[in-house]
Amino acid sequence: MYFKILRTTIMVLVSFILTSTSFAFKPKKEEWRPADTANFVSKFYKENEGCFKCHGEKYYEYINEAQGTTIRHNMYVERFVDRDLFYKSNHKSFKCTDCHSEEYKKFPHAGELRMESMYGCLDCHGNDDKYAKYHFEEIDAEYQQSTHFKMEKEGFTCWKCHNPHTYQISIRNTENLTKTIAYDNAICLNCHSDFDRYQLLSDKKEINLIKKHEWLPNQAAHFQSVRCIECHSKANDSILVNHLLMPKDSAVRKCNECHSQNSILMASLYKFKSKERRKDGFFNGVILNESYVIGANRNEYLNSFSLLILFGVIGVICVHVFFRIIKVNQKEDES
Amino acid sequence: MSHKLYLYPKWIRAWHVLNALLFLILIITGISMQYTDKVTNSFIIGFDWAIALHNFAALVITINYMIFVTGNVMTKNGKHYMINWKTIWKDLFVQFKFYAFGMFKGEKHPFPITEESKFNPLQKFAYVGAMYAGFPVLIITGLGLLFPEINIRGLFGVSGLLMTDILHITVGFFLSIFLVIHLYTCTLGSKPTTLFKGMINGYHESDEH
Repeated sequence: MYFKILRTTIMVLVSFILTSTSFAFKPKKEEWRPADTANFVSKFYKENEGCFKCHGEKYYEYINEAQGTTIRHNMYVERFVDRDLFYKSNHKSFKCTDCHSEEYKKFPHAGELRMESMYGCLDCHGNDDKYAKYHFEEIDAEYQQSTHFKMEKEGFTCWKCHNPHTYQISIRNTENLTKTIAYDNAICLNCHSDFDRYQLLSDKKEINLIKKHEWLPNQAAHFQSVRCIECHSKANDSILVNHLLMPKDSAVRKCNECHSQNSILMASLYKFKSKERRKDGFFNGVILNESYVIGANRNEYLNSFSLLILFGVIGVICVHVFFRIIKVNQKEDES
Repeated sequence: MSHKLYLYPKWIRAWHVLNALLFLILIITGISMQYTDKVTNSFIIGFDWAIALHNFAALVITINYMIFVTGNVMTKNGKHYMINWKTIWKDLFVQFKFYAFGMFKGEKHPFPITEESKFNPLQKFAYVGAMYAGFPVLIITGLGLLFPEINIRGLFGVSGLLMTDILHITVGFFLSIFLVIHLYTCTLGSKPTTLFKGMINGYHESDEH
């Protein structure tokens, strides 16, 4: 009897969960509306839709007037731009033709448009007081010393990491550092874990990040808790995010670079909050808001208290030894 | 005239020697991890070596601890860790008074060592605290640090990993203090080396009957 009631209850619950889950995963309506993207409606969204109706879809259609047929093709992945990501990105307020030629409004696009030169970050952000606080010129100087710059002839540009259609400033405004770390690491992994993209710039025969980082204890915890650039770049005091990427041989491999009182994490990952130096006596206390780093988060009160106890115990032992020696001497005198 | 009692069978002596060595390694490597320095590159043995050695020693000491607990359950040795809660506080006071004053006045041990009771109340209380409270906490929190993903994410806004580590190093510190006191009290035999010898040959030697 009880078993039957239990079985029926479980079945009802399971079917409810399955129904609600399938409802939750029901595909969204195909047609995109500007209101879908949180609180931002571009004043150019109608104009941009002229591009997005092909470049924002996995496939596009056109009519072959000579044959009178409708042709459907897959959109080449490198030419695909996700609308939602674009309208959340730093460049969300732009119209496509702010950066791309007006000629693109014609279809089929003219072949020579492929040769149009693309803007770089400094073309808009350089030598402009509005962006002075971001130190773009210094970022560029760092980049020119970095190992990535060596591949500029092969086609490496700022856009390889900072996709102009999707890039968002993350660390400066972060409210969830774990998500920010994942976002920033995904930028590196975009090439360093995708061999098809990687071989556009390198002749290496394999990339295997897991194997290369085998020496790192608790590898998964490290990958979730710090960005690649913490170990693979050189810190610069005047810019928020390091851009001087170093060759792999110069990467940080000594644990105590991070796991110490003078942890380099304070000059990189936690730089944006580093004014908050202490928290309840913990060194590098700001790290404790998100994580915990052995060696870097020692507590000065506990340190002092433990030394007090240790020396107290040693002191009591010394006094005890002193009286034992007196006792032994007394015995010897008596005998 | 001194008399001898066979109190420490071979398995206890083997467990004790291994436990002592491993605990020393854990203290040294633990301090190395906690106080490693970026400028001088290491504190005592350096962070990476400290981690590897600490993990290894922790694994072996945990197995050794299980042997100790099993041995105490399977043999009569376990009875020496039974505390009489009705008299313990009075007995602790008596034993403490002996160490603080009595032994300097030439008084006899208030709780002479016998085959039935090889620990005085202070020893018994400290050993039970160390082995049946401190050690399990160290092992559980140590596992939490070895596998950080199994920790709770946080409690009342404090990181779970931080709480685990603070508990681990605090208990580790108090067990290290226990070790200092333990080593000193082991010099309180009829000669300073007598009790150490007993832990090697198995015989407790005493001037008192």
